[in-house]
Amino acid sequence: MGRLLDGVPRRGLAWLAALLAVLLAAPWLANDYLLTVLIIILYFAYTGQAWNIMFGFAGQLSLGHAIYVGLGGYTAAALFVHFGIGPWIGLVAAVAVGAACGAIIGFLAFRFGVGGVYFAILTIAFAEFARIGFDHFSWVGGSGGLFLPVANYSQSDIWNLRGKPIMFYYVILTLTVAAFLLCHALLRSRVGYYWQAIREDEAAARALGIDTFRYKMYAVLISAGMTSVAGVFFAFYYNNLFPEQVFSIARSIEIILGPIIGGAGTLVGPIVGAFLLTGLAETMWEFLRAVGLDAPGTRQVFYGLVLLAIIIVQPAGVWPWLARLIGLEKPRS
Amino acid sequence: MPSLELVLNVALGGILAGLVYGLMALGLSVIFGVVRVVNFAHGEMMTIAMYLAVTLFGAFGLDPLIMLVPIAAVLFALGYAMQAGLINPFISRPEHTQFMLLVAIAIIITNVLLIVFGPDARSVQTSYSLDSFLVGPLIVDATKAYAAAAAILVALALFVFFRFTLVGKAIRACADNYVGALVVGLDVKHLYALTFGLGAACVGAAGAMLVLVIDATPPLGPALTLLAFVIVITGGLGSMPGALLGGVMIGLTEALAGLFFTPSAKSMFSFGLLVLVLLFRPQGILGRKAS
Amino acid sequence: MTRKSPTKSARAGVTRRSFAAGAGAAGLLAGTAPFNIVRAQGGPLKIGVILPLSGVQAGIGQSCKRGADIAPALFKQIGYTQPIEIVVVDFETNVDTARARAERLIADGCNMLSGPFDSGAASAIAQVAEQKGVPFVINIAAAPQITEQGYKFVFRNFQTAPQIISRGLALFSDIFAATGKTPSTAVLMHINDTFGQANKAAIDRIFPTMNLPFKIVESIAYDPAAKDLSVEVSKAKATNADILMTVTRLNDAIILVREMVKQRWEPMGIISPGSPGMYEQQFLDTMGKYGDYVITTVPWANPKAEMTKLVADEFKKLYPRDKLPGHIFNIGFTFEALMVCADAHKRAGSTNGTALADAVRTTKIEKRVMVGGPIEFDAKGQCNTIASVCLQNRNQTPTVVLPKDAAEMTPVFPMPSWNQRG
Repeated sequence: MGRLLDGVPRRGLAWLAALLAVLLAAPWLANDYLLTVLIIILYFAYTGQAWNIMFGFAGQLSLGHAIYVGLGGYTAAALFVHFGIGPWIGLVAAVAVGAACGAIIGFLAFRFGVGGVYFAILTIAFAEFARIGFDHFSWVGGSGGLFLPVANYSQSDIWNLRGKPIMFYYVILTLTVAAFLLCHALLRSRVGYYWQAIREDEAAARALGIDTFRYKMYAVLISAGMTSVAGVFFAFYYNNLFPEQVFSIARSIEIILGPIIGGAGTLVGPIVGAFLLTGLAETMWEFLRAVGLDAPGTRQVFYGLVLLAIIIVQPAGVWPWLARLIGLEKPRS
Repeated sequence: MPSLELVLNVALGGILAGLVYGLMALGLSVIFGVVRVVNFAHGEMMTIAMYLAVTLFGAFGLDPLIMLVPIAAVLFALGYAMQAGLINPFISRPEHTQFMLLVAIAIIITNVLLIVFGPDARSVQTSYSLDSFLVGPLIVDATKAYAAAAAILVALALFVFFRFTLVGKAIRACADNYVGALVVGLDVKHLYALTFGLGAACVGAAGAMLVLVIDATPPLGPALTLLAFVIVITGGLGSMPGALLGGVMIGLTEALAGLFFTPSAKSMFSFGLLVLVLLFRPQGILGRKAS
Repeated sequence: MTRKSPTKSARAGVTRRSFAAGAGAAGLLAGTAPFNIVRAQGGPLKIGVILPLSGVQAGIGQSCKRGADIAPALFKQIGYTQPIEIVVVDFETNVDTARARAERLIADGCNMLSGPFDSGAASAIAQVAEQKGVPFVINIAAAPQITEQGYKFVFRNFQTAPQIISRGLALFSDIFAATGKTPSTAVLMHINDTFGQANKAAIDRIFPTMNLPFKIVESIAYDPAAKDLSVEVSKAKATNADILMTVTRLNDAIILVREMVKQRWEPMGIISPGSPGMYEQQFLDTMGKYGDYVITTVPWANPKAEMTKLVADEFKKLYPRDKLPGHIFNIGFTFEALMVCADAHKRAGSTNGTALADAVRTTKIEKRVMVGGPIEFDAKGQCNTIASVCLQNRNQTPTVVLPKDAAEMTPVFPMPSWNQRG
């Protein structure tokens, strides 16, 4: 545990510990609605961190990350619905499928030298391909959707992930914390340094003898696998999956909003981004309703304006600015 | 096995529609090829043009094909303003921030349109909207034919502009060699804004034509943006004939795929084509290899 | 101690401080009770209506909202005079948002929920409602699974996809019998989304059992986001089928029929076994004379029912410039769902979730808007008494043509050619 937290300034640790304490106690402090919002926030904090590994650490901009959520979710859900296999075992299959998909995309992209914007478009194409494909995949319900049998609200069955929102809350909180620790460990490891080298200047890294293909693939595999786990959570929490929703570009964009606004490439950026954006969205909804300005679409306009403002004023993201503000030096990376 | 007549009809429809989408992609190709900005608000700009055409038609009964030039002019101004005002600082910044900027703009545009025009689909019903020509065994959709013809004309005009006018050559110089252009004293910032404006004008013209063929709804933007990117990459970034060719190819692919397989899966084929192009010929079919 | 009436002493005793302390305590209490938020018995009923007011389904969502808008005045007229508050919120055609809004409405004190015109959202909201013990009366959602989950708090006053199809298909024979013309082949075109696939699956299962005089020669699925259906229509036309069966939503219905006109395809008729789209105001406005003569078999408002007249009058007052027939389907079901809520509350005499749910379960409302038997729910929460009618567009107005006792005109089949439209 000590090694994991190497390099984080003491003040930063204090803030993190405080946040964690609040989050752990949240179900006793918040009502159910707030708990639902917190689950959404943590979900995006988790997926944002997973995405950040591919982009922030290895420099590959993926705009189709929803494909891993979808593949993971459908794999675990299908196993549960058709064979009664519980989600913790389904998880293994889900991660395998997600990572395999990531491997294919990564292999195709890196072997053929597809990078930058072209890589981004490639990821979109794959996600769309999956969306339309699953629309026609009748074993998992096609576009009619895959419904998980819902039961058991009175007890929490953690083996089958059936139960109260509180259980789901702690599951996603654990996932988010685990992701954070993992990212931190990766960043400090040898792989992490190679990734940063590749991100800064791939050609130079290769010239130094770093097998860029291998390390980029690691980033893709880890990112894809982690995101598939989010998919499993999603499937068992919402209990239904529709290809049009799960694989859509809107979902992919939602995943990356957090890290980019929070600060891509930073450790805490995705978490800050998730809190900021979801909090913003809900607050805006409240505010507009109170003011009576809730014509459909108004909220999204304000949301877009805020996004615009943030990206213009702080293109590197909110976290670096926030860190300076509260006196935390950005850990030397 | 579908009859030859059916195949020809479907193919023709695909080609005609593809030409109009190609014009839209042309605007993107110009923008991306020169200014190197990933315009993720491209489809939304198109939607603005479509709504403009709908409003003008509704208020004054003016046929969109006649309003082509004024609508293109309005979009030009919009594009110029967007580039000079918002986007310029982002040109040298990493792609993901450009992406974020344009996504934010896209969200704003889509939802402002929703507030102003409401969610219902708006269309332009001209006197010839439901017409079709009989050419032998082929039934040619009149609106598609007119729109395609207009698309070719606009593309030709743009081609002439870039090839033979001074400004056009200056823009091409910027695209080819940014530093060199600066060195010879070209006002690059102005030229970039001009280019973005031109790209937007293309989109404006395409939108005015497209509204004859499909209905305008606020959520149309993202789908069109994606289509534009698929076409541009297939046809070749920075190549104008490439954009039109890409449009035709995608239109044809989707039409024939829809005919021979399940229509609901036809987009898979254009994405498949895109993936193949990205892997084996990333500069696109008519594109030049990036330096 | 002199006896004071309870309210007087309460008022005398409450200061700002104690009020704040009380509110804090109540808040803490509400926060610490994960489900069953303790509510005062017999308070005013607060109904939360969740609809897609923005996003892809915005048009229909806003149409449904009108049903909620006319409800308060109508309740007074039909005898539900207890205080009722109706709150309408937008779930933006997004399933996650639907779930969050449901949670929020319940946290804000809604005793019952209604909505949402979308099966995906209905599933999400149903889970929340069931967890919290808040009755959820669905206005429109066709996916059969929603009432197969063993929920105790979810009720649906709408047909399931299998019901839509079986009742719809049964009416097809009636059309042919009434007009004396029978087609031998049909081509089916359906939208490839949740609704479309549910209906297609129902057709696949039910059609073979119904002994209809025609066979379906081909089935063509199209992308819900398709803006251009020329390929699909070309394929359908090439089958030379006698009639076109459609499962559509709104925008695609418009594109589809327009394309048929352009491609000069004139089957004997366009008959839909229960989809939205062809009776919606926007279709009627856009298609004009070309939208006439299409037939939809669908649940509909009974033009001869007293409730329908009341609804029509109130609608005219609030929306003088809107045409009722294009909205009556959405309004009718939305209003009926709210009426179920009001009725249950009146009989239960309390706002306790379980009491309300039990009251809904014993609902029997004879005077309704839609054609069919009285509103009542079976053990699964499903209402099975909603009938379908044959609706034909005549003079750009959806008109009931069958069954005879609810009909306003006689059916016309086959339809006149495109060129012959007045």
